[in-house]
Amino acid sequence: MSLDLPQGGAPKISFQNVTRRFGDDQNAFIALDRLNLDIADGEFVTVVGPSGCGKSTAMNIAAGLMTASEGQVLVDGRPVSGPSPERGVIFQQYALFPWLTVRQNVEFGLRIKRISAAERRRIADHFIDLVGLKDFADALPKTLSGGMKQRCAIARAYAVNPIILLMDEPFGALDALTRVQMQDQLLDTWSRERRTVIFITHDVDEAVYLANRVIVMAARPGRLHKIIPVDLPYPRTEEIRLSPAFAEIRNQVWHAVYHQNPQINQNSR
Amino acid sequence: MSIHAAKHVETIEKARANMRVPPLLLNFVAFAFAVTIWWAITAAKLVVLPGPLEVFQRALQLIANGQLPLDIVSSLRRVLTGFLLGVALAVPVGFLMGWYRVARALIEPYIQFFRMVPPLAVIPLAIVTMGIDETPKIFVIFLASFLSSVVATYQGVIGVDRTLINAARVLGARDRVIFPRVIIPASLPFILVGVRIGLGSAWATVVAAELIAAQSGLGFRMQQAQLYYDLSTIFVSLITIGVLGLLMDRLVQAAERHLTRWQERVQ
Repeated sequence: MSLDLPQGGAPKISFQNVTRRFGDDQNAFIALDRLNLDIADGEFVTVVGPSGCGKSTAMNIAAGLMTASEGQVLVDGRPVSGPSPERGVIFQQYALFPWLTVRQNVEFGLRIKRISAAERRRIADHFIDLVGLKDFADALPKTLSGGMKQRCAIARAYAVNPIILLMDEPFGALDALTRVQMQDQLLDTWSRERRTVIFITHDVDEAVYLANRVIVMAARPGRLHKIIPVDLPYPRTEEIRLSPAFAEIRNQVWHAVYHQNPQINQNSR
Repeated sequence: MSIHAAKHVETIEKARANMRVPPLLLNFVAFAFAVTIWWAITAAKLVVLPGPLEVFQRALQLIANGQLPLDIVSSLRRVLTGFLLGVALAVPVGFLMGWYRVARALIEPYIQFFRMVPPLAVIPLAIVTMGIDETPKIFVIFLASFLSSVVATYQGVIGVDRTLINAARVLGARDRVIFPRVIIPASLPFILVGVRIGLGSAWATVVAAELIAAQSGLGFRMQQAQLYYDLSTIFVSLITIGVLGLLMDRLVQAAERHLTRWQERVQ
């Protein structure tokens, strides 16, 4: 089931000339330079690039946790002005509340929305089940493995029914085997509960395996370098991962990330 | 090589066996050891101090004539009143300082200033301004426990993981939710450390506070005993203070373990 991108339709998320500077005007460090990017509803976009390419900055601005120096991010045509449960964020460090059980963590956002206890419980159990933590619903985070913690964080983000999921290297701290399992599970969850996803990663394989499109960014200043469409069908399987078509796209992305033309750097000064 | 290995295994076994000994038993062994040494030193007349038996008899006497219970109640009341008032003020002030930059800049210099002044140095001023009843004694204890626990609380608030706050924000939480639901639980371990330190300072101050024209109390009793060269009574008071302090610390520790069960900790 290949995903048709509604190229002509209104984008779900739109980065418009998004720039972020740190420091004063004279010798400001440009973390992100005029990012323009449209992402369609239900699309799974991965972002790769070297350190300092501004990928986390772009995500934090989209999440509303950081403000743009110039430009804006539009979600459904409305500018982002702060954090909101409509944009769920999944952090690399899991960021579970350690004093709450898995279920209480998942219910955290629902309590803020003042949803009744019974309804909270129903929603939480649904997503805990979806990420396969049913037997650990009453466990404290300290008893969970890294992969389980991140699954709990994913369930927590999903529970408040976001229209967008922003994931900042969510599997970065996991071992290679757990990572692959988490990727499959994330795609499985995404296929059942379709959301627009922006997923940041360092891992080229992961970027290609998950995405409709891979956004490659460049550093100094952080900027958009190349957009590489991944024309592979979902559900993604091991077969696809080992196919020549996958290898071809992977090579393209690898090349775009690791052999960025240094001339661009000079031109942009 | 093999002997080496065998020895190594033996040490590991021993270490395991050690871990299985209940800590309470170890506490008791340490206690018995100390009393034995004390007995040996005094029995050999190495120093002119009362032995364990003498002190124990004295303690029984003081309990029988009601003096020790009275002293305990008086001292305990002062310690608890001062300590609870101190902590009750330290927690909100610590939160204020940790959360609001302006409050921190306004209050912190005063805290650091008064921290450098030993609470005992305040006693003369306290007597002059507050008289010689309970107020100055409680005030000094209050000051000592407040100053030592306020710093721990505000360090705890400053140290709360930013990611947890951001995680709450993106789930829709605003400051008035983040404060009770994230900041307070996340800084609780630090607050409890502050409470323990505050309790220690409260006990450390009570004896000195009771030098201010007290009618009863463990510190007062020691001072009286000093006049009559009654070493046994001094020992009884000292040991009582230590035991009460230890018991209260154990209580706070138990509460701490219960309240911070969620923390990952080294056993």
